[in-house]
Amino acid sequence: MNSTPRVALSEPVGDEVRKTTCYMCACRCGIDVHIKDGKIRYIEGNRDHPVNRGVLCAKGSAGIMQHYAPARLRAPLKRVGPRGSGEFQEISWDEALGIATGWLDGVRQSDPKKLAFFTGRDQSQSLTGFWAQQFGTPNYAAHGGFCSVNMAAAGIMTIGGAFWEFGAPDWDRTKLFIMFGVAEDHDSNPLKMGIAKVKKNGARFVSVNPVRTGYSAVADNWIGIRPGTDGLLILAVAHELLKARKIDVDYLMRYSNAPWLVVDAPGTAEHGLFARDAEGRELVFETVTERIVPRGTTGARPALSGRYTLEDGRFAVPSFQLVAEKYLDPKYAPEAVAGETGVAVDVIRGLAAEIARVAFDEAISIDQPWTDMNGERHDSFVGRPVSFHAMRGLSAHSNGFQTARALHMLQVLIGAVDCPGAFRFEPPYPKPVEAHPTPHGKAEHFGSNKPLSGPHLGFPRGPEDLLIDADGKPTRLDKAFSWDAPVSVHGLMHMVISNAHAGDPYPIDVLFLYMANMAWNSSMNTAGVIKMLEDKDPKTGEYRIPKIIYSDAYASEMVAYADLVLPDTTYLERHDCISMLDRPISEPDAVQDAIRWPVVEPDRDVRGFQTVLLDLGVRLKLPGFVDHHGRALYSDYADYIVRHERRPGIGPLAGFRGPNGDRVGRGAANPDQLKRYIENGSFFSAHIPLEAQFYKHANRAYQDFAVRMGFFDTPQPVTFQLYQETLQKFRLSAEGLREPFAPETHRRRILDTFDPLPFWYRPFEEEIVDRQTYPYQAITQRPAAMYHSWGSMNAWLRQIHTKNPLYVPGPICDELGLIDGDWVFLTSHHGRIKVEIARMEAVNSSTIWTWNAIGKREGAWALDRDAPEARKGFLMNHLINELLPPKGDGLRWSNSDPVTGQAAWYDLRVRIEKAEPAAASEPRFAPVSSEGHSGPKELRYGQEWAK
Amino acid sequence: MHPAFSIVIFTTLSGLGYGLAAVLGLGLLDPAATATKIAHLLALALIATGLLSSTLHLGNPQRAWRALSQWRSSWLSREGVMALITFVPLAWSAWASLFDGRYLALPGLVGTLLCAVTVYCTAMIYASLRSVQAWHTPLTPLCYLMFSAAGGLVLASFFGFAGAGSTVLAPALAATFTAAAWIAKLFWRHRMRTLRPISTPETATGLGRIGRVRLFERPHINENYLTSEMGFKIARKHAAKLSAIAFLLGGAVPVLLLLVLPLAGVGAGPSASLIALLAACCHAAGVLMERWLFFAEARHSVTNYYGG
Amino acid sequence: MTLLPAQPTPKKLGLVIDLDVCVGCHACVVSCKEWNTGGYGSALSDQDPYGADVSGAWLNRVHTFEVIPEGGEIVGEAGEARIVHFPKSCLHCEDAPCVTVCPTGASYKRAEDGIVLVDENMCIGCGLCAWACPYGAREMDLAAGVMKKCTLCIDRIYNETIEEVDRVPSCVRTCPANARHYGDLADPTSAVSILVAERGGMDLMPEQGTLPVNKYLPPRPRKPLADSAHSLPLAENTDGAKGFFGWLDGVLERI
Repeated sequence: MNSTPRVALSEPVGDEVRKTTCYMCACRCGIDVHIKDGKIRYIEGNRDHPVNRGVLCAKGSAGIMQHYAPARLRAPLKRVGPRGSGEFQEISWDEALGIATGWLDGVRQSDPKKLAFFTGRDQSQSLTGFWAQQFGTPNYAAHGGFCSVNMAAAGIMTIGGAFWEFGAPDWDRTKLFIMFGVAEDHDSNPLKMGIAKVKKNGARFVSVNPVRTGYSAVADNWIGIRPGTDGLLILAVAHELLKARKIDVDYLMRYSNAPWLVVDAPGTAEHGLFARDAEGRELVFETVTERIVPRGTTGARPALSGRYTLEDGRFAVPSFQLVAEKYLDPKYAPEAVAGETGVAVDVIRGLAAEIARVAFDEAISIDQPWTDMNGERHDSFVGRPVSFHAMRGLSAHSNGFQTARALHMLQVLIGAVDCPGAFRFEPPYPKPVEAHPTPHGKAEHFGSNKPLSGPHLGFPRGPEDLLIDADGKPTRLDKAFSWDAPVSVHGLMHMVISNAHAGDPYPIDVLFLYMANMAWNSSMNTAGVIKMLEDKDPKTGEYRIPKIIYSDAYASEMVAYADLVLPDTTYLERHDCISMLDRPISEPDAVQDAIRWPVVEPDRDVRGFQTVLLDLGVRLKLPGFVDHHGRALYSDYADYIVRHERRPGIGPLAGFRGPNGDRVGRGAANPDQLKRYIENGSFFSAHIPLEAQFYKHANRAYQDFAVRMGFFDTPQPVTFQLYQETLQKFRLSAEGLREPFAPETHRRRILDTFDPLPFWYRPFEEEIVDRQTYPYQAITQRPAAMYHSWGSMNAWLRQIHTKNPLYVPGPICDELGLIDGDWVFLTSHHGRIKVEIARMEAVNSSTIWTWNAIGKREGAWALDRDAPEARKGFLMNHLINELLPPKGDGLRWSNSDPVTGQAAWYDLRVRIEKAEPAAASEPRFAPVSSEGHSGPKELRYGQEWAK
Repeated sequence: MHPAFSIVIFTTLSGLGYGLAAVLGLGLLDPAATATKIAHLLALALIATGLLSSTLHLGNPQRAWRALSQWRSSWLSREGVMALITFVPLAWSAWASLFDGRYLALPGLVGTLLCAVTVYCTAMIYASLRSVQAWHTPLTPLCYLMFSAAGGLVLASFFGFAGAGSTVLAPALAATFTAAAWIAKLFWRHRMRTLRPISTPETATGLGRIGRVRLFERPHINENYLTSEMGFKIARKHAAKLSAIAFLLGGAVPVLLLLVLPLAGVGAGPSASLIALLAACCHAAGVLMERWLFFAEARHSVTNYYGG
Repeated sequence: MTLLPAQPTPKKLGLVIDLDVCVGCHACVVSCKEWNTGGYGSALSDQDPYGADVSGAWLNRVHTFEVIPEGGEIVGEAGEARIVHFPKSCLHCEDAPCVTVCPTGASYKRAEDGIVLVDENMCIGCGLCAWACPYGAREMDLAAGVMKKCTLCIDRIYNETIEEVDRVPSCVRTCPANARHYGDLADPTSAVSILVAERGGMDLMPEQGTLPVNKYLPPRPRKPLADSAHSLPLAENTDGAKGFFGWLDGVLERI
């Protein structure tokens, strides 16, 4: 047979491989960029990289099209037409930076709070936060407030770390993996690799998610829960476990605050707080000697139940007594919650039974002696191989904080935190609340021409740490850390534009945004936000938000609303660090960080935003950016990454420190550090010794390791907080028992929701709107092949999701006579959209959903005007308001979690009606003119290499 | 299947051309008559136009010559080869008629045979495709051959009335073959309409043992080469209407006209020629529609992956 | 030469795709496009890439199906519909109809390993092979006018300039869920053959008689959670919280 080789089989892929870090989403995988003739030939996963081990997702592989997208901005822009018109004039960097410096310097001299600096998908928060602090404005945060702050805050306040970037399931050892509400766009490659392992090992994978796409599609068991009721399901499982006595008592006693005594003195300022001795140590009741002693007393065997009399005569009970009493209540029985959650009694009970069986009957053990923080020696690490993971599905509800707390409590109850087979922390976590700063931004923390006295974001220990003035009014523009959202540890970016527009609590002068598409998919109430950005004060003719500086790499919808545009580079043209000071890429077994470096040079007049920020810092002569002669400390971001020290010997990167590059964690700056990173594949990894790999929260070897690495200066063990005292302090304030007192307006809400023990309440929107008028829940899911709005400018990715239908459950379709391609009105208390539908069966029967952020505004992202993204694609955002509907108390409450301020995207209630067919979805907006090049009519990428 | 204009034209014109050439090869018409000479030229022109048209849909027509190489396995290649070979006796016959006014039995009969083989090859391009179940039947080549013969005879009748003789036999045969062609087509169509698809979304995905399979999301939202090439759909009602018109134009009308002429005893002449021409045009239009439907109504197994 | 090689070929290189773990992320789809647009033959072009009718040539696409149980084997929770992600590319059939219909000899099946390829220099772009393929595995590149198809990354798997571990198709190397496996299906001892044997690997549209080399592993049967509902032990003393605390004291005694 004729098979003479007709193909060149051994052509080299390219001329050179440059290894860097992906930025097509937040995974931060290692990539090998193959360069041929100066162009990108091929991008593949780096096999040696600890995050992705060689694999790469659709987004990562489509990096070529992202890099060469016509939507890239080309030069700094000055607005010349009205806002939103997209009329700009290209200017030089010198002029652009001059304008920005003029605006910012004025603000810094007169009133630094008149700058609001917020960043979106920023991976350099340790720099942006530092810059804002040196500038002196209290108004800085990233986008966590509308992303996943409920998860982060609840995790840190309960177990000293959260899911996602703070830890991971022990994929190799877990035998039962339970995932709540995770869509496909975050930590996606590690999750996919992990799920594959779970399935290969024959472990069970349970997904709790109203929609059965993506990961849920391959789950062994799918629980199509009604959105917003996960907390109830979790507590029902806790109920069953307590009833069946399937809890890890030893673990609770050792590692949680279950034995800590809670003062039982109603009507006093200490009621519900922990009993402490004179040195402030929490107390427990020692059962052998029957004495009350400080926790951690050697040899003490503390009680977990009972009622005891303190020295001062007050009563106190171990917090676990309160836990058990609360969750053994029949209101958490499966029968009682089945209706609300939409999950069958037998499924709830079966889930509890499987958790119990795997945790206790299939417990594992790693024979490795270790010593705990009390000095007690253990022969092995006991593992309860039940692991959990959760993300925005739990988070983006107005009960998300307490729901996330409930999930962490469940983990602790079965002894499944940081043990073999369970969820495990990734360094620098665990990190107790005490090791986090308190927030800064009170009036005394800032002033003209001086830095803010401490970091913006942190954990308030009680109402005394709120950023409010003497009248209880917020001092931050976004009202973070105010009575509205006391534990808003990530700030409230989603409130910035509406507050600045309303001048409430005060007007600002400059709004400075980075990589945040606030004029489109990153805002609730998109149409309202657009109006606010365009709105002028009739008296002065000035825009209500007078100056907007925006930095982005692409012609997103937000660009059209900026007065000054600072064009960023693509991720392949820049330096970056994925730092231990920020959101590192550590694994449970290793400390890791990474860099990006310019693997291709920009062909446009653009600059990396971080370098621009450093330049602005120099022009503004900010401390930390200039020396005492006013000369620049750093030549650019690369130089900053290498030479900046946050504490002596501790800089943005942990690897290759010291003059010889052999120091890890702590060490002098090494001028060759970036070179060493690049040689190492642009990442650094230091293994944690086996003895230190588990029980990190209480493991002496790990704590010493953490100090050596420079995470902390002293050991910071974590005691899991089932009972959360900080929340109780707010309740006491709301009862008028503890100063500062909560304002009358907020007391009811705090009393209702700041329970120190996790509980479930119906999401606010569902509670307020009429359930008959708006009978269904509407949510969005994130597709695996698109990251937020990034992707539509990508010629390959946009072919996968060119438009998004509204997915409607089969029973609703049958009731309304809807078939694929029909049009409907979807209406909420706030707005109405008209969109095309598609039928779906594998979905919770009362949940309507669509893919997130596929819809684009006409003219944006350098797409043709008639692009399906703009014609038929749509956003659910138009239905969501930042505020709840009035509930008759004369106030408009924000549509967010009352504890953290997390935007409650997923609380949306809707009704659906059939509509006449249409050519385009509604609402429609006037086109913005695109600042990118208009693209070619045909692409033949790589044709020059065709043989 | 997408009814590409070039392919519809190709099969229709070459079918008519080969049909006419085959009739000429039988020597039914007076070889010395001008009409016969024109008929020879027309047959060659129809065949050539059809073949040229078929190259219009090629991505790289400059390499079309390569298509002659794989006659051992490929019906398309066989068709190409046969088309070229068939030109030899047809040109010979045409030469003899044009320049000598003679009918030569050897090239004539060989030509007729080769015409049939070529048309058969054309039909087998489609009939050999198991992926298009409607086509995958011996009825497909039968229909192609019958329509080709009918078309050739209808045209021959016209030339007969236009002075080439055979004003009875040719129309009679034309009517017979046209009727037969439509009967074959009726069977073909009935089969297509009542087919139980051998391939379904369940067999295409192997997921039938779990349940009923329906497309939830296309791999890429917009149309692609596969959906535009293989996913062409025509409404059943629409197809039925077109099919009826095709039958009227391509079958009923020409049969009627061609039977009326000899029955009325009309011999050669301008008015008879005109009527016969009308019959031929109707027939061609009807076959064109039939051919369009042949593609448009056929369902490719790939549609099982695209919700169709 | 479009006659098929003698059957069976000594090697049958192909893919095994695990429908039990494919999460439908499209990683393989884009990686394939990326590798092949600058590799074997002409680029994989995209038409109207930033406009309304954006479309392009892809050699591997992931479809998403919804399967609604109808009395058959029930997978997952009883009676519930499920989503199955379904990657599809050329199956490198043993009896490849796309090869035999090719009039020019551009399409061929390699005798040594069974890979089905198109020699683009000989392809006239007639499209008949795409018609002949029941699976839709071949796509015309509209810019080059030649037929494109999965090459099993022949310019990777035999490529001596890349590391041995990477000599697998791009889609296999990139798949984050390990849903794609590459190997010799003629060798019963190969990892892929063992997977197929153990998991009941299946052919797509066997009725088409194409004898596909690529196999699909069906979703594994699943055990409903509700089956475990009654395995949770009843409490020793169900007398509410009081009984619980009695039990707790007992446990603490034993610690």
